Amino acid sequence: MPRQITIDPVTRIEGHAKITIQLDEAGNVDNVRFHVVEFRGFERFCEGRPFSEMPGITARICGICPVSHLLASAKACDRILSVDIPPAAEKLRRMMNLGQIIQSHALSFFHLSAPDFLLGWEQPPERRNLFGLAAAEPELARRGIRLRQFGQEVIETLGGRKIHPAWAVPGGVRTALTPAGREALKARLPEAKESALMALDRFKKVLSTHKQELQVFGNFPSLFVGLVAPNGTWEHYDGHLCVMDSVGNVICDHADPTQYGSIIGEAVETSSYLKSPYYKPLGYPGGMYRVGPLARLNIARQMGTPQADEELSRFKTLGRGAVNASFMYHYARLIEILACVERLEEMLDDPDLLGTRLRADAGVNSLEGVGVSEAPRGTLFHHYNVDEKGVIRRVNLIIATGQNNLAMNRTVAQIARHYLTGSTISEPMLNRIEAGIRAFDPCLSCSTHADGRIALRVALLDAKGQVLDVANRL
Amino acid sequence: MAAKTLTIDGQLVSAEEGQTVLDAARDAGIYIPTLCHLNGIQDIGACRLCLVEITGSPKLLPACVTKVQEGMEVQTSSDRLRRYRRMILELLLAERNHVCSVCVSNGHCELQTLAAEHGIDHVRFEYLSPRLEVDLSHRLFGMDHNRCILCTRCVRACWHVEGAGTKNVAGRGIQSRIISDLNQPWGQSETCTACGKCVAACPTGALFNRGATVAEMQRDRTRLEYIVTAREKSQWIV
Ligand code: SF4
Ligand code: SF4
Ligand code: FES
Repeated sequence: MPRQITIDPVTRIEGHAKITIQLDEAGNVDNVRFHVVEFRGFERFCEGRPFSEMPGITARICGICPVSHLLASAKACDRILSVDIPPAAEKLRRMMNLGQIIQSHALSFFHLSAPDFLLGWEQPPERRNLFGLAAAEPELARRGIRLRQFGQEVIETLGGRKIHPAWAVPGGVRTALTPAGREALKARLPEAKESALMALDRFKKVLSTHKQELQVFGNFPSLFVGLVAPNGTWEHYDGHLCVMDSVGNVICDHADPTQYGSIIGEAVETSSYLKSPYYKPLGYPGGMYRVGPLARLNIARQMGTPQADEELSRFKTLGRGAVNASFMYHYARLIEILACVERLEEMLDDPDLLGTRLRADAGVNSLEGVGVSEAPRGTLFHHYNVDEKGVIRRVNLIIATGQNNLAMNRTVAQIARHYLTGSTISEPMLNRIEAGIRAFDPCLSCSTHADGRIALRVALLDAKGQVLDVANRL
Repeated sequence: MAAKTLTIDGQLVSAEEGQTVLDAARDAGIYIPTLCHLNGIQDIGACRLCLVEITGSPKLLPACVTKVQEGMEVQTSSDRLRRYRRMILELLLAERNHVCSVCVSNGHCELQTLAAEHGIDHVRFEYLSPRLEVDLSHRLFGMDHNRCILCTRCVRACWHVEGAGTKNVAGRGIQSRIISDLNQPWGQSETCTACGKCVAACPTGALFNRGATVAEMQRDRTRLEYIVTAREKSQWIV
């Protein structure tokens, strides 16, 4: 008898979601769907506002990655002004993005995901968290917390606040980096690097004991999309859009990110407010792609800094042309943390960084602006249309979690197929599904702009869609 | 000028004849919340935030337009006054669309400051959530009707300090709007001198410099008072 089992919510994901596993007549997993049912309508909400407010407004979409929206939005606004921003401003924006990637990745790895694979799936949920990790591996947990703090400090030193720094503005940034701020950050770099290297070592041991997770936690061919520097180096703020296939062939290179509409389509499904973007030439859903650390590292030929480059070449040996196992998102995240720390090391000595010419002044010179940057979770697109006075008329946002939506469905299906026995959802399977999704570090409040109400709902439907059973867990 | 003696919150205060209760209180270091009052421009008693109790008067009276009298006994704070002030602020917040976290005046807004002072962590009235527009037609400034509280400080600054007479109020009651000239886009106004006095006068995020981003509008309101004092008293007090 076909049944539908709905699991809700996925704990330890920012924001909330509901999962439906559809079984076929034989009781096998037929289909999996990730529903995101809340909607805050940020895109509509922005219409009618002056475009200059957009960085501040969109930074409020997500409390976890406000900096990413801030930067993509400021970039879109730069295009409306049609200016090149002062060099110091660009470097400072880059610096803030590096801080953001470090803090977000550290949160994802140490606080949210590491408890799963370092403590073991069978651990009860009340132990499988950062506190459990702190008890089992105090040094690693402590370093993880400090690493996240370091990332936040970079942001705070520049923006003045850890969260929602309305610091990047159309045309540049508001305030300069002070020499004192620079010195304070420099002093923390060695420890941050040590921590990143230590986590990498620890994770490589996990790889040898988690062969099964590598195989079934979302290991399938897909495309990968991300920004990359013109010379093939890892990029996080600017660069070209690149599309790579599952065996490492670049199928679209040097695409202008502002022309994203010609390569990325957006499918809307009724079951979810999450839009599902796909690579246009291959259609929907064949054009499924993944974004984020895994995609960026598959696409990058080098990281551009010595130690991260060493790690990248190790990473590349784990796939044939491209690494397809979603479990490797974790590895990629750690390599990116290392790369960010190394880049900060290089940057902080740049005399430009203390420049005080920070903001280009201009009026509305273009009625359209697209800003694309790499958020920790993947490529982020902000696309605005304004009237000639600068009032927002249309907003389109394409967010990492949305782009990974199809791949997350595939991941859950793969895990469910492997671990589902009989007709009940066992705790271990549930844990693994959650972990499989967490590898993508989805931030659901951001991708649907949800207001995050938790409604735990387990629904059992028969073949005709009749509800056989509903369980609510709060 | 004759001196008047009165008590404010039990404190003996001497004031000049013709002074308002608000001025007398401020001179004596006693705080009374205000919103439509702005030093340098004439008072109209519109917002009612400065209401005080005066012994012998059954009505509450606005301190900004009530003149001192000999022997007056003024109370500037009581449960009743706090209740009224709170309600006024909540009604102002409910009437239009105030989203402080993304507002150009966040952190420098008189309405926001007063709301915080009065412990307003939520609004008990239903929000009207009107759909209002933002006028960005002016070369230098913008007007966001969503944030306007109709205090008319801009109108008075425009008429009485600059003398341009561009800003005005159109409509009645809930339909009232601040307009430029004969209700045309600000940028098409023929009388506006682009002096920015209205922007300096505005207590909220309603009037702002074009291009201002979140929390960026910090205004120097003492300039208006400086201009008026210089003109009326030939005193250039910075
Ligand atoms: S005008 Fe003041 S109260 Fe209104 S949204 Fe702006 S900061 Fe908040
Ligand atoms: S625009 Fe500002 S100064 Fe003018 S009435 Fe509205 S709130 Fe008051
Ligand atoms: S300040 Fe007195 S009524 Fe507004």
